[in-house]
Order: sequence, then C-alpha cells, then structure tokens
Amino acid sequence: MAQPARPAATYSGQNGAGQQPYSNGPVQNQLMHSSDGQGYSPSASGLYSHQTPGKVPPHQSSGQYNYSGSQNASPLNNYQGPGQTLNRPPVAPFSGSPVQQTGPVPQGLLPVLQNSAAVSSSGSFPPGASPPVLSSWQYSQAPAGQPSGAHGMGTGSAQPPASLSGNTNPPGSYQYAASPGGPPLQNSYMNAGSVPPPVTQPLTPLHPPSRPPLGPPPLGGPPLTRPSALTAGPPNTQPLLNSAANQEGDATSAASDGSVVQNSYDAIEGGGLMATPHPSPGPPNLKMNRSVGYSYPTLPPGYQNTSPPGAPGIQASALQYPDGSKHFHQPAFGTNHLAASMGSLSLQQEGLRPVNLIQERNILPPTLLKAPVPNLHEEIQKLNCNPELFRCTLTNIPQTQALLNKAKLPLGLLLHPFKDLSQLPVVTSSTIVRCRSCRTYINPFVSFLDQRRWKCNLCYRVNDVPEEFMYNPVTRVYGEPHKRPEVQNATIEFMAPSEYMLRPPQPPVYLFVFDVSHNAIETGYLNTVCQTLLDNLDLLPGNTRTKIGFITFDSTIHFYSLQEGLSQPQMLVVSDIEDVFIPMPENLLVNLNENKELIQDLLRSLPQMFTKSLETQSALGPALQAAFKLMSPTGGRISVFQTQLPSVGMGALKPREEPTQKSTAKDIHLTPSTDFYKKMALDCSGQQVAVDLFLLSGQYSDLASLGCVSRYSAGSVYYYPSYHHKHNPVQVEKLQKELKRYLTRKIGFEAVMRIRCTKGLSIHTFHGNFFVRSTDLLSLPNVNPDAGYAVQMSVEESLTDMQVVSFQSALLYTSSKGERRIRVHTMCLPVVTTLSDVYVGADVQAITGLLANMAVDRSVSATLSDARDALVNAVIDSLSAYRSSVLSLQQPGLMAPYSLRLFPLYVLALLKQKAFQTGTSARLDDRIFTMCQVKNQPLVYLMLMTHPSLYRVDNLTDEGALNINDRTIPQPPILQLSVEKLSRDGAYLMDAGSVMFMWIGKNCGQNFISQVLGVPNYGSIPQNMTQLPELETAESVRTIAFISWLREQRPFFPILYIIKDESPLKASFLQNMIEDRTESALSYYEFLLHIQQQVNK
Amino acid sequence: MESVVFIFSLIDCCALIFLSVYFIITLSDLECDYINARSCCSKLNKWVVSEVIGHAVVTVLMLLSLHWFIFLLNLPVATWNIYRYIMVPSGNMGVFDPTEIHNRGQLKSHMKEAMIKLGFHLLCFFMYLYSMILALIND
Repeated sequence: MAQPARPAATYSGQNGAGQQPYSNGPVQNQLMHSSDGQGYSPSASGLYSHQTPGKVPPHQSSGQYNYSGSQNASPLNNYQGPGQTLNRPPVAPFSGSPVQQTGPVPQGLLPVLQNSAAVSSSGSFPPGASPPVLSSWQYSQAPAGQPSGAHGMGTGSAQPPASLSGNTNPPGSYQYAASPGGPPLQNSYMNAGSVPPPVTQPLTPLHPPSRPPLGPPPLGGPPLTRPSALTAGPPNTQPLLNSAANQEGDATSAASDGSVVQNSYDAIEGGGLMATPHPSPGPPNLKMNRSVGYSYPTLPPGYQNTSPPGAPGIQASALQYPDGSKHFHQPAFGTNHLAASMGSLSLQQEGLRPVNLIQERNILPPTLLKAPVPNLHEEIQKLNCNPELFRCTLTNIPQTQALLNKAKLPLGLLLHPFKDLSQLPVVTSSTIVRCRSCRTYINPFVSFLDQRRWKCNLCYRVNDVPEEFMYNPVTRVYGEPHKRPEVQNATIEFMAPSEYMLRPPQPPVYLFVFDVSHNAIETGYLNTVCQTLLDNLDLLPGNTRTKIGFITFDSTIHFYSLQEGLSQPQMLVVSDIEDVFIPMPENLLVNLNENKELIQDLLRSLPQMFTKSLETQSALGPALQAAFKLMSPTGGRISVFQTQLPSVGMGALKPREEPTQKSTAKDIHLTPSTDFYKKMALDCSGQQVAVDLFLLSGQYSDLASLGCVSRYSAGSVYYYPSYHHKHNPVQVEKLQKELKRYLTRKIGFEAVMRIRCTKGLSIHTFHGNFFVRSTDLLSLPNVNPDAGYAVQMSVEESLTDMQVVSFQSALLYTSSKGERRIRVHTMCLPVVTTLSDVYVGADVQAITGLLANMAVDRSVSATLSDARDALVNAVIDSLSAYRSSVLSLQQPGLMAPYSLRLFPLYVLALLKQKAFQTGTSARLDDRIFTMCQVKNQPLVYLMLMTHPSLYRVDNLTDEGALNINDRTIPQPPILQLSVEKLSRDGAYLMDAGSVMFMWIGKNCGQNFISQVLGVPNYGSIPQNMTQLPELETAESVRTIAFISWLREQRPFFPILYIIKDESPLKASFLQNMIEDRTESALSYYEFLLHIQQQVNK
Repeated sequence: MESVVFIFSLIDCCALIFLSVYFIITLSDLECDYINARSCCSKLNKWVVSEVIGHAVVTVLMLLSLHWFIFLLNLPVATWNIYRYIMVPSGNMGVFDPTEIHNRGQLKSHMKEAMIKLGFHLLCFFMYLYSMILALIND
C-alpha cells in the first residue's frame, strides 16, 4: 500500500500542471497517508527514532536482492540478524565508557569477516556486495549508534532488517542516544579520543573493520549496475553524509542518473579515493556548488592511519566510514570545523542538558529570550531568514512523522511576513526566476549544478538559469548567478511584472464607516477619530490615486458626496436598510488629493452633525453591505467603528452574555451566532476588500460574531472596552496612538500569500486573519505590517535523503504606490533523526505561540476547558516523552531539556492569560479580543503579552548598558513575574508589549520619585500619569532612554501607565504576575508539582 | 406492495449514489484547486439537506414496511447525517464551511466520509435490487 501510494503522490506533486502542483501533492498524500499510515509507521517508528539516519528505503534492499545472487544474500542476512541482536544487548550496558566498546567489536568482527568473504566471493562487484551490506549495516548500527547515538548516527537503519534490530532492543538504543548527549559522557569520549570532533573519534579505531564490507558495496555497486536505483541510492547510503554534498552533489547529477552517485561519492571521499571514472558533470559542478550542508572536510590524519591496508575496496570503505560518521554529526553539530565543532559541542550539551525545574527556581534568563539558532553550517546560517520574520517551532526538523509524534511537540511555522524592515533588497527584473514545477522563487538554499542549471530546494527539480540571471547587477559581473542578490538574501522583494497582475494594480482606497447612533455620540469617539484622521490625512499611504470615502450609520445609512465644486459635503440618507443601494454612482469615493479641502471640511463637521441624535439602533449589517457595494469595483480597506450590538437589519445580533455567568460555565459563546459576518467577509475577500473593526463599546457587543468580518477578510480588530472621552482618558490616548499607527502604517492591497515547504512536509492548518482560498493559498485583501500568521505542519513523507528542508513564504501584494511586489522569505532548517536532537532544537517561544493558536481553535470548536487541558497536556506529554525516551538516568524531580525549560512557565502564563483563564468573570468580549490577538499578533508581541518582562528601574545603572548612537541604554535584568520580586522600596517597569506599567512602591526612594517622576513625594504622584517628565537628572535620562529604547523596537506606541498601590490599574499589573497563585489558578511551583506528578505517573 | 417499496428504495438509493459521487467529485476538484473553497462549499451545502431527507425517507420506509434488518443497517448512517446537520455551529455556513475546510484535515475527512457513504449506498443498492427481484418473483 505504501509503496504504490507514494510514487503516485510524488508524481502528481512534481508534475501537477503549472499553477500549484505543490499544493496538490500534499493533499493527495494526506489521503493516501491515512490509509497506508498504519502499515508504514510501525516499522518506521521503530527505526527512525532509534537508529535513524540510515535512509536506505525498503525498496533498495529488495532491489539489491534482485540483482545479486539472492541465495547468497538471504542466508547472510538471516544469520546476521540474530547475531546482531545478540551483540547489541551487551553493548547497551557498556555504552557509558568508550573502553568497554571493545567488547562488542570482536564479536562484530566475525560477521564482518563473513561479509567480506561474501564480497570477495561475489567478486567484490557492487551487486554481489550489496546483500552483505544489509547485514553489515545492521551490524554496524549497534556500535555506531552507541558512541554517537545522540546524533542519530546509526547509518543504514531504514532497511527492513534494521527495523528488526531496532525493535528488539529499543531501550538499549535509547540509552545510547541519551548517554552521549549527556555532558559527562561526551567529555569522557573526548578525553579518550583526544581528537576535536570527539564523538566521532572513538568510533573509528574500533569499527572500521566491521565496516569494510559495507562501504564499497553501496558505494560502487548500485551506481554501476542500476542507474535507476541510484538516484535514491547515494543519499540513502550516506544519509547525512552527503546531504551537504547531496544537496548539491546529487542535484548535480539528477540530469544523468548514473553520475549521481558518482558526485556524491566524490564528495564523500574528499578527493576521490574511489575516484572511478565517470561521465563528469560531477566534479566540476561540485566546485560550483555553494555548499548547503557544507563541503566535505579532509580527513583527519588519524583516520587514514586506522584504515587497514588491505584490498583497495576495504581501504576505501574504512575511510568512508569515518567520513560517514563524521557527516552524521553534521546535522547535530552543525559545523565541521574543528574549532567550531568544539563550540557547537558545548552548545549541544547546553541544549540537551536536562534541567530539574523543581530545583531551579531562577530559570528565567535575565535578558529577552532569543530564538534558537538552527544547527546549520555557519555560511548557510548567515543567509538564513531572520527569526523575527520566519520561525519554526522545531529548529531541528524530525525526519519522520513517527519521530515527531514521539516528541509530542507541535511542528509549525510562525510568520511575520510583512514586518517593517529597515533593510530590504528589492530586485527589479523582467523575469523572476522560479522553479518550473513548484513555482518556488530562487533563494539562497538552491544549489547550482553548473552555471546554467539550478536545483530547486523544495521539489528537487532541475531548472535552467535564464540568460538574464547570469548577469549580476550588483557586482556587474557576467556568469555569477550564485552571487545575485536573490541567491544572497533570504528575504527579498521582487517588483512583479505584469504576469503577476490579474488586473491593473488597484489604487489605495480607504472607506471609513462610523457608528453615529446615540450610544456612539455618547462615547465621544468621533472627535478623537476625526481629529486623528485630519492630522494624518497627508500621511495615509498612497499616491495621487488615493481615494477616500465616508459612511455613517445609525438605523439608516448616510453617504457623503464629496463632489468637486460643492461648497460643503452633501449627505445622502438611505433609509431602506433591507435592500441597501448606493445613492449615486460616483463622488462617494473621491480622490484624496483633489478634494482634500472638502474632506477636511467633512471631518471637522462630522462630530457635531449628530450630537442631537436620539437614534439608538445600529444597522451595522446594512452599512457593511453598502460599504462593500461601494468598494467592490476597486477593493481596498473599510475601517468600521462600532460602539454597540448591531440591532436592526441584516446581521442584527442578540445579547448572549449573561452578566452573572462565570466563565467556567460550559457554554460560553465563543462561536459566532450568525454566519452573516462570515459571508460578508468572504464576499469582501473575493473583491479584495478588507474590513478592520474598531469596537468601542461599554456593553457586550458580541465580538465573536462581529470579529468574523475582519478575521476572514484579513483585517484587524481593535477593542476599547468602556471607551469614553471623559471618563476613560486612558482609552482615548490608546485609541489615538493606535489609530495613528493604523492610518500611517504600510499597507499592501489585493495580496495573496503562499507558503511552500520541501516535498515531504505539508501544511495542514492555518492560523491568522485571512481566507484560505485553496490548499496553500491565503487570500489577504489587505496585508499590514502588524499581522502575524502561523501554520501547522506534518511530515507526510519521511525526509530520508535530506539533510535540510526549506520553507518559503511568498507574499504578492500591491503597494500603496501602485506597484505589484512579491516579498519572499526563505528559511532553511536541518533534519534530524533522533529524539534528543529534536528536543535540542525546540524553540520554546514558537511552540508556545503555536499552542496558543491551537488552543484558541480548540476553545472555539470544543470548550475552553478542553483547550486548557490540551495546553497542560502539551507540557506533560512532551516532558514525559523526554523523560522516558531521552533521559538515561531516571532522576527524581521534573526534568526538562534545556531548550524547553521555560515551557511550563509559558504555558502557565497562557493559562492565566485573558483568553484562557477561568474563574474570573472576564468579560466575554475581552476574552474574545485576546483570542483575536493571539491569532493575529506576531510572535514577539504575543510572547510579551503572555509573559511580560519585568524590570526594576529605580536603580538603573550604566553597567552593562548598550550604546546606540551615543545614547546609553541601561539594561536591567528581567525579573520573575512574582510579587515576591517586588519590593516596596523600588519602582518596577512591566513591559507587556502593547502596554507598559510602571509600579511605584510605597516606600520608593525619594530620589527616584523626585528625580524621575518629577513630583515631590509618593502621595503627589497623579492618578492617571502616563508620561515621564524629561528631567535633567541622570536617573531620568536613564529611565527615559530605557523606555524609549523598548518602544523603538516595536512599530506601535505602548502607553506607559504609572501606577501606585491604589490605582485601578493595579489589578491588571498584578494579574500579570503569573508565577503567583491566584484564587483560581495555580502558582508556578504548584503547577510544576502537578506536572511532575503527571509525568512520573 | 413489497416490490413497490423496493423499487422506490432502489430509485432513492440511485439518487444517493449519484449524490455521493457528486460530493466526491466536487471535493476532489477543490483538492486539485479547480474550484475555490467558497463555490465548492456552497455547491455541496445545497445538497446536504436533500441527502439527509433522501436517506431518512428510505430508513423510515423500511421501518414502516417492517424490514428490520435493512432498517437497522440504515439507521446509524441516517442518524449520523441528521446529527451532522444539526451540530453545525451557528456561525458556520453549513456542513461544509469554506473557511474551515482547508484546516485540520477537514477536506480529508469529508472525502473519506463521502467515500464510505458511496460504498454503503452501493451495498444498499444491491440489497434493494435483490429484495426487489425477490419481491417481484413472489408476486
């Protein structure tokens, strides 16, 4: 089942005609997969997880049987299979010390000899040799896996026989994996071997003898005889080995099958011990390649010495073995340079070092957590995409779905594709080079086979380099396609030619829809909005084509004609809200520049026009329909300001919130109550219109239903609970600041985004505000720089012959200047084969972010408590998987890999976040708004929102300060979010992303109060202070420098609230103290104990 | 009488088979990107009710004509159809929702469901055919 299914799937993936072949691929796979999954995975799970990298696919072995004397082969296998299993158990206990390894080796020799006999008997011809390969692969696995298990060494494991052995003693192999990972062991290896790449070293002297038969057969054999098998062959036989080489090496040869092996072998051999004469696209090409994994290092002298001087075949193989093992390390260690490998070794240890969470109280790092660096060769990593733009939850991608399942961590990407960038290379060129089959844009991780051809890193198709691409406009050199900016930058923007337009680029069109019912006028928001709009009218992104229009509504809909020549705007009232029509065909949306005065007139008079209004009804639905009709010919942005529950016309809603209802209640209304707004959004999306919703409401307004209109049209939602111009000045300021940012920020129109990933991975769920138009195409009528997206992925097909995988997001949009542009981000990540490596590469922030997104989905589709349970289970499952599968010694306490040490803390923070908390009577709209934010915020801000940073600011010093442009910015350490860390005589700054709180302790030093706050004493700090005075004192300068530095790092302007003990905002401040116990939630320590209890069960 | 019941069931069953095939074709069109999610879902949602009714009618008919075995065979599927129709969240646009069909493998499960139903209806078809012939002979 599995076999037939796969080729079919891949086939369609590659050949699926033109447009989205790639998208087709995965889907079909999914289908297939469900059925064949069972058959496939058991064996796979056994193997991959323990022994791994070996990537000989099942078919290869069968192939070999066919070609070689099969009688010969099978007995050997049979014989050795048991032999091996016998051998291995003894190995396991010894795994600790290198010395003891000698034990297994002698035993190993016996089979080895037989193997070599087999080889010679069959004339050491590749075909004949291959059967022994099987056995010796297997054989060697045990020893190989042992020293280096942690790095997924086991070579050829994927073969069926291997699976057998893998299954026989999983505990053993697990232990291998775990033990080398542990710092002490590795050290001991180092000492013994005293050679820089420590782990590999010990292997070589011991095992080469066992390897010889192995080496040559796969090497020489298959290529010569069976070209067809070859393509698969080389990568398979040296799984990670080549990957660098493979990436390019086998790419090189894709054209001619025969050469495939050749090239990669050459690479492996580091200068051709094997050097067999071959049709030579290979060697020259190799030089061309920029190494993705990295180039193959020369052998350390020690290795050469160890190879027994024997038959050439043997020698070669002996050499090859160390190479192989070396290569295996690459994914794990990342670099091949000796020095670097030392460095990365410690890094690895750091990553793998188990942390006892119960004991380590101060686990929070004093600086902001950085994204983990993927374990790639530094030259590749240098080119990789900025983690702020593109991040993966696992920076080491597990090779198989089974391995991923075992790790119990979600695999997904978090994107912030339209982030404001200070540096962005823009390429203008008439042809944009893309893969012909999967339409991937050329990127730094493709491989050039020669000057004329490049191989796609997503689908592995070989493409031609167009003539134009040969010339490098930057260096002005011809013939260096690999130095073009497209190939040097992971983030790049293309100016799209006309093929990328379905219609001429649209002009920027902005339509503002204001609620002017009595309730809305009461809040007084119109003043603020109109004033802000007036101030920023010239800053609206756009050009001479910019159009703008206004609609107001209560129970009727009012249009404003801004016809040129009118002395003042003319209001047209449409009272038929059942069947909305547009009262006049033009002049409702007018050119901003040509009619600026009229528009300013309108904005000035608008707040006064409805002051006497007594109309309390709100016809939001019809107003949206009207706005949609007005916008549909062009597309653009509708900004809706709504202050209450829509009550008449289409889309009228009923209050669903019961004020007394505790949020623990089973059925709180998180789902929309009508599909009107969703349909509206889809209509809008189809016409390239996005709806942004500003909800300024005192009472319940059913954001769950209203929010849909933004969610599926790629808009954004802003929520200002209890907005009132007099009673709630803080909200007014917030609205002003956010509106300013909203109006002036960059905007992209009629956008689509596609996320592609290497064949074998598939995206199955999307999070964010957009409409998924087809399998991997996100329709984004508007795209703004403050929106983040997330996707979940699965491993559809094992990534066996790959060392790295790539992800590419391409965002095609029309800029406000009317240019069609494509912004492309590409990220490259290594593939790993062992569980411990997966844990090493876990990115705890990204995981938390993705889990939060998944939890929102869960709470909407099931219940809130389900979502909360799922969050807690995510921690429990991953930590118990780690405990049972990676940790060798069962220590007491709650052990977590270093990379996940903050995982329980972050999940606890999520549980206490407004979106997911229980017990408190959080207002429904508040909760839903937070959920919207979770879905739509880029990871950085989501993390700050979930787990704010707390700094003590009353004793800032210049120690360790940053120096930027002659400004000294103090860097106070981040404190744990616990009241225990607060002292009454200090002042603390909490940075929660979109807001900042400065809490002043009652006994705060007089110095700070007068020097920084500029007031004489604690009592005279004003209640609603939101700004620090700029004083001449050093303390003030430092504090302000620090705060403005924090603000500069984000596009919006976080408001600073200065709070005292009796401030009403103190509750929000204390609510963020997530490590403390609250009436309904556990403290961090209690939470850890709970987890420990579950994990140790 | 007996034969009339089965002739009707047979016709109804044919319709259901066609419907299942239509579902499968439309879903696979979506899978291959020939149509977009919106039109696919609106196409399919139109027929969901007919499917529910069509199947419920046969089931009831079997109960009334006291064919217990066939009734019990049909009951779970009919119940599932009705359950699925009733349990659509208020904010969704029907059993098939364009905003969710690409998420969480829904497309896959819809497809699987349609396949299973096709198989089931085919089975029923032959059963009705057999029963009909039997009934005609007995008459």
